[in-house]
Amino acid sequence: MFPICPSLGMQSSNGRHRDGGDGTESSAGRYEDQGEYGAASGEVRYEDPWYDALASGWGEPDGTGGPAPAVPGARTEWEGAAVRTRDVYLEVQRSAAFQEVRRRYRRFVVPGVAVFLTWYVGYVVTATTAPGLMARPVAGAVNVAMVAGLGQFLTTFLLTWAYARHARLRRDRAALELRWDTQELTRGARGGAA
Amino acid sequence: MTGRHETLALLLFSAFVAVTLGITTWVSRRRHGSPEEFYAGGRLFSPMENGFAIAGDYMSAASFLGVTGLIALFGYDGLLYVVGFLVAWLVVLFLVAELVRNCGRFTLADVIAARMSERPVRIAVGTSSVTVSVFYLVAQMVGAGSLVALLLGRTGEAAQAWTVIGVGALMVIYVSLGGMRATTWIQIVKAVLLLSGTVALTVLVLVRFHGDIDRLLLTAADRSGHGKAFLVPGLRYGGSWSARLDFVSLGLALVLGTAGLPHILSRFYTVPTARAARRSTVWSIGLIGSFYLMTIVLGFGAAALVGPDAVRASNGNTAVPLLALDLGGGAGSTVGTVLFAVVAAVAFATILAVVAGITLASSASVAHDLYATLRRPHARQRSEVAVARVAAVGIGALAIALGLLARDMNVAFLVGLAFAVAASANLPVLLYSLFWRDFTTRGAVWAVYGGLVPALGLVVLSPVVSGSPGALFPGVDFQYFPLQNPGIVSIPLGFLAGWLGTVTSDEVPDEARHAETEVRSLTGAGAV
Repeated sequence: MFPICPSLGMQSSNGRHRDGGDGTESSAGRYEDQGEYGAASGEVRYEDPWYDALASGWGEPDGTGGPAPAVPGARTEWEGAAVRTRDVYLEVQRSAAFQEVRRRYRRFVVPGVAVFLTWYVGYVVTATTAPGLMARPVAGAVNVAMVAGLGQFLTTFLLTWAYARHARLRRDRAALELRWDTQELTRGARGGAA
Repeated sequence: MTGRHETLALLLFSAFVAVTLGITTWVSRRRHGSPEEFYAGGRLFSPMENGFAIAGDYMSAASFLGVTGLIALFGYDGLLYVVGFLVAWLVVLFLVAELVRNCGRFTLADVIAARMSERPVRIAVGTSSVTVSVFYLVAQMVGAGSLVALLLGRTGEAAQAWTVIGVGALMVIYVSLGGMRATTWIQIVKAVLLLSGTVALTVLVLVRFHGDIDRLLLTAADRSGHGKAFLVPGLRYGGSWSARLDFVSLGLALVLGTAGLPHILSRFYTVPTARAARRSTVWSIGLIGSFYLMTIVLGFGAAALVGPDAVRASNGNTAVPLLALDLGGGAGSTVGTVLFAVVAAVAFATILAVVAGITLASSASVAHDLYATLRRPHARQRSEVAVARVAAVGIGALAIALGLLARDMNVAFLVGLAFAVAASANLPVLLYSLFWRDFTTRGAVWAVYGGLVPALGLVVLSPVVSGSPGALFPGVDFQYFPLQNPGIVSIPLGFLAGWLGTVTSDEVPDEARHAETEVRSLTGAGAV
């Protein structure tokens, strides 16, 4: 079988990435993320399913699509014809690569939602309970209420930009890797079960 | 009102109808009749196209006509709508857009049914989706009606009814012939038209005040008769505690409702990947945000230039066309007439396009969720699209009838109700099934009905329906709930019911199916 080498893995996955991706990532993002994901994949990478698929001939009843035993752990459950698609998802869910993607997503989204909901609800409640404060003039006819309302627009635009950037740089690549891996595994599982 | 602007508006509107019908026939020329094509337009729109289409779907008559009218009448309190409408998109972007694109196929129910026992969940979510859509549709129909009433004057009762019927008939044609592909292109055309019209009017307002926002605000405040209070919250939603609670309730409904609107969710299926869904959301936030900033200017502009009396005559729904008339030089002037006609035609186009989008989404819910669940098991796949086409006709008829009934209400306010129902019935179940591992089928069903029934019930018992002068049935009084917007009660109830249903059910949550949902939603594995 093929030894798992992070650089090899990255290379082949890069090629895949271009095939399937929308291909417009900024190059800065690509490098930044590659480093991080490369490190993560060094530990948890099962194997490259595309290679695996070719090597074992997925879909043939005999080629069970068992992955290469180069990385310990999580391996045995995928072997044998009885393996099912649902187990693949459980397995992927438990993999460190997926947990990293999920952690990154939640780390951004949870505080983000908390911040904008608090800011918005605070704005609405203040508007109803403290009209005096809202009426305080800032400049000319513009008062605190106007500034707060426009502030909501501004924070919405800023958070949109921040989210899109975060997702593009920190999640997209790893998620795409996982997508192909998972799809290969489910296909292997189906083929094996047939 | 003279006959000239009427003719011109009708001409422009006919041109829009001709173009859109052209799009529809051109698109349906090579239709395959597959659900993929009909519900999702082949899924190959670009993020920018979809961003414009989402913006087109969202910038409804409620925003263009209703919100500007509310700002013109109530000043700052109208601005709350705009802020809520926009901030809501962060909920969509952060929690919903990508995940829904990854997990679903055509409708909201797809996402939820993937984890649950399919039948009850599909029926529940399908029902609530159709309900939300019908509320939203009624608002659009009312907008169309009041626009026509303005165009044709007070004598146009029959014409008003016929317009509502005509709009309904047109949308049925768009949807049943063209499906999602035609609807999307109509949204794009309309978004461009609407944005250009809004930009033009905003520039004219600012030019009129020599770019002096201060003077615009002060003139608006003076003319409104409320003085400085016009620029501070509390005109509409001030005073009594119930009015203040109403304000908070509306705010909650607006910010949480968007993520539960079926016609918005179904737009994410028209792009190939979750990434494209995210990018289209970013596009639409940019477009919608700029549009709302301009509607604020238009609203205060209408207050300053048209004055509250003329605006109030139509419940605020015609502030923008009247503003256009004034900006062009007033009734009788050529420029004013042309501007008025253009704005009226754009507003018509807006209504038509939004109505088509909602009709498509709700016919998808009827065919894909309700019919597909309830039909005989061996019916052919092809027939689902046929059912959707028929459903479009039925929903159109229903919306026409209700639109005629509710024609004297403010459009933005009606949309506020649709948002409340969406936030109560659709959002809790969606968030639970995306993020809660132990969520069960019973929880899902309870979450939907636990939000839907209180929301509808409270609307029926609210001053909107009875017991107040402006109510739907002013003659009778069965008003027991003091708030106009049910959101503050029904949204927590939806979440609570979902939680309660889950903890009380003996069903063991399926860990593997949760894993599948989670992996698929975040990575896109297995997405269609």
